[in-house]
Amino acid sequence: MSGTWINLFLDILIIFFLLSGTFFVLSGSIGVVRFKNVYLRLHAATKSSTLGVAGLMLGAFLFMINEHGIVSGKLLLGIIFVLITAPVSAHMIGRAAYKSGVPLSPEAVRDDYSKTFKD
Amino acid sequence: MPFQIVLNIIIAIMWMFLSETYTFTAFVVGYILGIFLLFIMRRFINRPFYITKVWKVLLLLLLFIRELIVSSIDIIKFVYKKDLDNRPGIFALPLEVKSDWEITILANLISLTPGTLSLAVSDDHETLYIHAMDIPDIESSITDIKESFEKAIMEVTR
Repeated sequence: MSGTWINLFLDILIIFFLLSGTFFVLSGSIGVVRFKNVYLRLHAATKSSTLGVAGLMLGAFLFMINEHGIVSGKLLLGIIFVLITAPVSAHMIGRAAYKSGVPLSPEAVRDDYSKTFKD
Repeated sequence: MPFQIVLNIIIAIMWMFLSETYTFTAFVVGYILGIFLLFIMRRFINRPFYITKVWKVLLLLLLFIRELIVSSIDIIKFVYKKDLDNRPGIFALPLEVKSDWEITILANLISLTPGTLSLAVSDDHETLYIHAMDIPDIESSITDIKESFEKAIMEVTR
């Protein structure tokens, strides 16, 4: 029975991926609540939740292969799309926030972008 | 490069017909054989072998994933810190890459590096404005990061 060891290893790998994914998503949400303004919240919302969702999807992908023998391409595509779109949406939200006049947090030390607005 | 890919696909389809198995696996086997054949014949095609470029794309992807993991761990340290005493700010970064594609990839990569978030590109495509979580912490390392990213991107696109 050599297959059981591989199954056990795969199960542990799946558990690892799912747990770390949930942990990253949870921490990202706590960060969104804790940080002070839009820009800092975007930091928390993009990075850790991207990795968290990627981890969850990878875990689900491995589970589908291991348990049901289905190679689910949708999950892999989901990872790629999240990876591509999360930074882009963060960029757009940040730019929109800046252009509509959301101030930086009070302890901000420098703002080079304000020099480009001369009106 | 497109010519080589077409050639490779033709070899793969020919392999499917020769082995008379019309499955995806046969196509993949044929494609790998095609890569091998093109590698042998690479001197007769006066263009660089396209797999080297694919390899560089893969390296860029690995860099992307590594930076993502490092920055996520970094941000989590911030989340569970007792007092948030960071000094945020926006700083300008002069761009070396010029085309829209390259700037997009660079902005995405920088968004996923520890403590930085690309905020805007100037209208003349000369500078990238980056919001940093902790300016004194970032300032020293950002130029190295940017140079390594730009080098990796330029190797793919040029």
